[in-house]
Amino acid sequence: MRGILKIALKLLVNDRGKFAALIVGITFAIFLIVQLTSIFSGILAKASSTVINTGARVWVMDPSVQNPLNTIPLPDYVLDAVRSMNGVKYAVPLYSGVGLVKLKNGVYQPATVLGLDDTSLIGRPDMIEGRMEDIFADNAFIVVKDQEYAKLDSPSLGTTFEINDHRGVVVGIARVPVGNLFGIPTLYTTYSRAVQYLPNARFTIGYVLVKPKSEAAIPAIIKDVANIGYMAMTDRQFEIKVSNYYKYQTGVGTNILFMTVIGFLVGLSISGQTFYTFVLENLEKFGALKAIGAKNSELVLMILFQATFASVVGYGLGVGMSSLLIAAGKRFVPNYTADIDYWNLALAFVLVLLIAALSSLIAVKKVIRVQPFEIFRG
Amino acid sequence: MAEAIKAILLEKSFGDGPAKTYAIRSVSFEALWGEMLYVVGPSGSGKTTLLSLISGILKPDAGSVIVEGRDIWGLSPNEIADFRLNKVGFVFQDYHLFPKLTTVENVAIPLILKKEDWNRSMKIALEFLEVVGLAEKASLPPTKLSGGEQQRVAIARAIVGRPDILVFDEPTASLDGATGKKILDFVKNEILNDKRCIVIVTHDSRIFGLADRMIEMEDGQIINVRSGGKIEG
Repeated sequence: MRGILKIALKLLVNDRGKFAALIVGITFAIFLIVQLTSIFSGILAKASSTVINTGARVWVMDPSVQNPLNTIPLPDYVLDAVRSMNGVKYAVPLYSGVGLVKLKNGVYQPATVLGLDDTSLIGRPDMIEGRMEDIFADNAFIVVKDQEYAKLDSPSLGTTFEINDHRGVVVGIARVPVGNLFGIPTLYTTYSRAVQYLPNARFTIGYVLVKPKSEAAIPAIIKDVANIGYMAMTDRQFEIKVSNYYKYQTGVGTNILFMTVIGFLVGLSISGQTFYTFVLENLEKFGALKAIGAKNSELVLMILFQATFASVVGYGLGVGMSSLLIAAGKRFVPNYTADIDYWNLALAFVLVLLIAALSSLIAVKKVIRVQPFEIFRG
Repeated sequence: MAEAIKAILLEKSFGDGPAKTYAIRSVSFEALWGEMLYVVGPSGSGKTTLLSLISGILKPDAGSVIVEGRDIWGLSPNEIADFRLNKVGFVFQDYHLFPKLTTVENVAIPLILKKEDWNRSMKIALEFLEVVGLAEKASLPPTKLSGGEQQRVAIARAIVGRPDILVFDEPTASLDGATGKKILDFVKNEILNDKRCIVIVTHDSRIFGLADRMIEMEDGQIINVRSGGKIEG
């Protein structure tokens, strides 16, 4: 490390009170920012859970669909039409609905029911217990073991229950990458059984899941589907659509954005004020350095290094605290939704650099303007 | 003795319009190698301003400061900073030591600004702390030292870069008479040599006796230049 940076570091760290205040301010801001954006990421991931868990590359749906739970049934001819399109390797129907499960203690528990295509079982989950092929047995359902699993009284293989006045039997327990947003358990069954057990409108297909012959065929499929009055999109496009729905049409995104901005401002005000006071108290010393022969560029480098160092330490502590809280929340709090991803970390890092830059801006101006002559005048 | 610094017709004013006041008017003098030159006079006479002009800290409105045959005020801001770093050692009235650094780190600052290696800077700084008799206090912060010791640390910092010119601003202002005299004795006997020039601004008559020459100022002008440390009436 360059000697002048080592001096800058010692000046900062050895002023323990101010350094602590600076670190606390930045840590708190980063903690808030990471926490809030992680909650938002968690919400968005869970909102797209059907898309992520099913794993289909192209989804065909009614153009009015806003999110996976808000299915608008498609007429059967759409499935046939899609199957006949160039570039489609195969296309299968997916049922998505909500059933009312009556538990042994008489409690009714809503559950998401996904009906998989009977012949291919495209979109099936990974099995933990039981065999996938048992889904074809009478009244068979596979229950997803996620955070909502206990709401069905933690059923085991062979557990029976009542769903919309039909008998259901748990033949398998499965896991999925992402739990759903609305805090209700998920059951898988075949498409034909789902249609039979759950009340239906005239049409029954929730989505048509498409496997394209190649990635290059996707744009043509999307265009052909649009030509028959429906909408096709890739899994990623569907996730973005869901994400945009929650961001811009539910108020969740706006509220999280406001809270993130507040976190940023809190951090900026605490660290900015503390850093400014730190520099102000050392202004004479910076002037003395200037008199001795330090150049403005060297003093600016010292200040930027101090601000960046404090910010990076605060960033590390903030991310660490946030990670601990999120890990604890996921372990102990039912339905806790938060995911730290690279996007959260990158955003927080950009904001912490912004805090460092803005905090040091006024300090840099002060130091550049200080005249060594003022040191002589006392 | 040859000239270390030659000041020619220096002028400096502060403020504008009716508030304009002249701090220095038509001041010319020389400081010689191997001499301890005092600049004395009452408060507001322009001593500190003159010190700032000749040490490359404050730019004059007019006039020149010639060091080693060149006018320092013809240099760029970065060259002036380099001039101060390499040619001038400063001892400030309030010392301006960094309380959050150790004594030896304070002394090493000019070397670090010269981009010397950290460990080598500390080693040299320790040698200079030995010169001022404070090597055993190298790892203490300056706040743990007495006023006289802090002054000696400031001197060590001023000389560690081996500058040719040393400027002292009211070096005894915060010290008792005995300590102040002792320190200036040390400076004259141990620091001053034929290749060095020391300019001291002071109004402490207790230390006048150590001066080789003395410039007396009043109202921004030199009113007397004397050999030795006695002001003759």
